[in-house]
Amino acid sequence: MDRNLTHRNRKRALKALHFIALFLTMAIICIPGLWIVLNSFRPTVEIMAKPPVWTPSFTLDHYRAMFGGTGEGGVPVFSYFRNSLIVSVVSTLIAILIGMSGGYAFARYRFKGKAGYFVGLMLFRAVPGVALSLPLFIVFAKVGIIDTHFGLILVYVAMNVPFTIWLTDGFFRQIPKELHEAAEIDGCTRWQAFWRVEFPVARSGVASAAIFAFLTSWNEFALASQLTRSVGSKTMPVGLLDFTAEFTINWGGMCALAVLMIVPALVLTFIVQKHLIAGLTFGGVKG
Amino acid sequence: MTEVTLSNVVKYYGKHRAVHGINLAINDGEFVVLVGPSGCGKSTTLRMIAGLEDISDGEVTIAGRVVNDLPPRERNISMVFQNYALYPHMTVRENLGFSLVIAKADEAAIAKAVDEAAEILGLNELMDRKPAELSGGQRQRVAMGRAIVRHPDVFLFDEPLSNLDAKLRTQMRVEIKKLHQRVGNTIIYVTHDQVEAMTLADRIVLMQDGHIVQVGTPLELFNKPNNTFVATFIGSPPMNLVDGKVVGAETIELYGGLSVPVPAAARGLISDGQHVKFGFRADNLMPVGHSVQEEGEKADLELKVTLTEPLGTETVLFTEIAGNEVQAKMLNPRPVRPGEVLKFQLMLDKCHVFDAASAEAIRG
Ligand SMILES: Nc1ncnc2c1ncn2[C@@H]1O[C@H](COP(=O)(O)OP(=O)(O)OP(=O)(O)O)[C@@H](O)[C@H]1O
Ligand SMILES: [Mg+2]
Repeated sequence: MDRNLTHRNRKRALKALHFIALFLTMAIICIPGLWIVLNSFRPTVEIMAKPPVWTPSFTLDHYRAMFGGTGEGGVPVFSYFRNSLIVSVVSTLIAILIGMSGGYAFARYRFKGKAGYFVGLMLFRAVPGVALSLPLFIVFAKVGIIDTHFGLILVYVAMNVPFTIWLTDGFFRQIPKELHEAAEIDGCTRWQAFWRVEFPVARSGVASAAIFAFLTSWNEFALASQLTRSVGSKTMPVGLLDFTAEFTINWGGMCALAVLMIVPALVLTFIVQKHLIAGLTFGGVKG
Repeated sequence: MTEVTLSNVVKYYGKHRAVHGINLAINDGEFVVLVGPSGCGKSTTLRMIAGLEDISDGEVTIAGRVVNDLPPRERNISMVFQNYALYPHMTVRENLGFSLVIAKADEAAIAKAVDEAAEILGLNELMDRKPAELSGGQRQRVAMGRAIVRHPDVFLFDEPLSNLDAKLRTQMRVEIKKLHQRVGNTIIYVTHDQVEAMTLADRIVLMQDGHIVQVGTPLELFNKPNNTFVATFIGSPPMNLVDGKVVGAETIELYGGLSVPVPAAARGLISDGQHVKFGFRADNLMPVGHSVQEEGEKADLELKVTLTEPLGTETVLFTEIAGNEVQAKMLNPRPVRPGEVLKFQLMLDKCHVFDAASAEAIRG
């Protein structure tokens, strides 16, 4: 009896601890984001107030100003948004196509120096992007692709391909090779077997690779800030800098733009995560 | 007419030679079983016929056509894999119809063929499920259905039953045999289970280390094994082998003192002093009073039983001859205690003699 009781109590205590730990972790992750959102709706005085003002007041001033004309705190939001979108979407598509092909090749084919290539790709990922910014700047300037979408897309593709390869390789590896063999016997070419059987089965993996690539490009700042200059190519993270003047920082405006940047990323992740969770059961082969 | 022939077919994996020049001619409508221990090259051979592995050397023909360089889709074959390889993202119906969709058959024809296959295999209730929602036996059935939908020239099976439990395996074995009787296609079937081979095959191809050891009907392999490997692989329990030496022209002295006359089939083919293995099946060593009464030469032995395995209609008795463990069968069994000494009769006509050095059968 007694022992049962203590056992149950301990279980309860553990559960509570678990909950607290989870809460703390989530708080650490979420509060800065929440603070940004809150700040974007606050008058500047309140943002700067010390001690912080907890009771929320509500104003759309920052948004109004941001979308307003230049000179009155406005920034070319739509251009930045468009630039970000073009660069992220295009670089993600290309990175996924290349990365998926690579991942598939690593998973399915044997070739000379396979392990070497693989390690090489991963090592490439280990180089911090910023370290490359100066050489890239010089090369891009010489070639004449500085301050263009194309230049930035190129950089992001290079950044995202190794990770995509690594991730999709893992997914394709999990798919038994008998699946494409069965498809080939059923009349498919190798190409058809991939698109009609292996790709659909691995699509949750490809979707997660895509979201990672997209978010990397969408949020990247260090390289973009070096390689883009003008309204025609600056992405949203770089656009945030517009709110810093020599002696002042327009926190409210910055937060408002940051919110605009976070929302699409959140929405996209939310849409794709259903795919991720729906992840495929490999019931086609023996269970 | 869909004969399948293999001539001098060789498979190298890198430097490793997995299949050593196999020759085999399979007749139209024949049910051929490739059997052998793990790693002997059965799957490799089958996969070369399917076009899933390159053929390193030699020639494979299907229906008179050399198929060495044809991709699987142009060989008009179907294959059932050990792990079924059902498409996990498709329903049973889509799985069954996939090959016809790829072949761009019209919808009505696909529906008809799929329904027909579903009917044959009893899949009607399951058509809208995904493979993950099926039991092992049902998946097996779907895999077979997928194979028959396209009316191939040849069916290839690679250990299709080895993921099923024993009872289901027996049941599916019967269904495969029925299926063959019904559709009459050429079937090449790989298994490592000799019972499956015996029960299913028109002809068994027994392989070992990338070579074919013997080809023949189940009874040929059972009654006239070419060597000790065949003798111990086919049949359950495996053939008993006892070491011995020929003395004179008429007697084999089994090590340990027992002597038996040379079986008729081997007479005149052995020489004095030759080391041999003397082989006989449990069915041919039976206790007196618990045996089948058959004409023929017999030898009487007195042996001590060390272990019994009652199976109902018969009991397998373990005993020892000349230091070799030997199994005997007791019909209409009565309880036997370990240690009991019984009088046995050995049916000499059914015994085999193998050369000890080469392991080859000595037989006229
Ligand atoms: N892809 C491969 N690369 C290298 N060696 C291989 C490959 N596939 C098979 N082998 C080798 O070829 C030989 C024959 O293999 P195979 O798969 O044909 O055996 P099997 O008779 O089907 O055995 P099992 O009953 O275990 O399936 C084995 O020695 C195996 O190690
Ligand atoms: Mg095999």
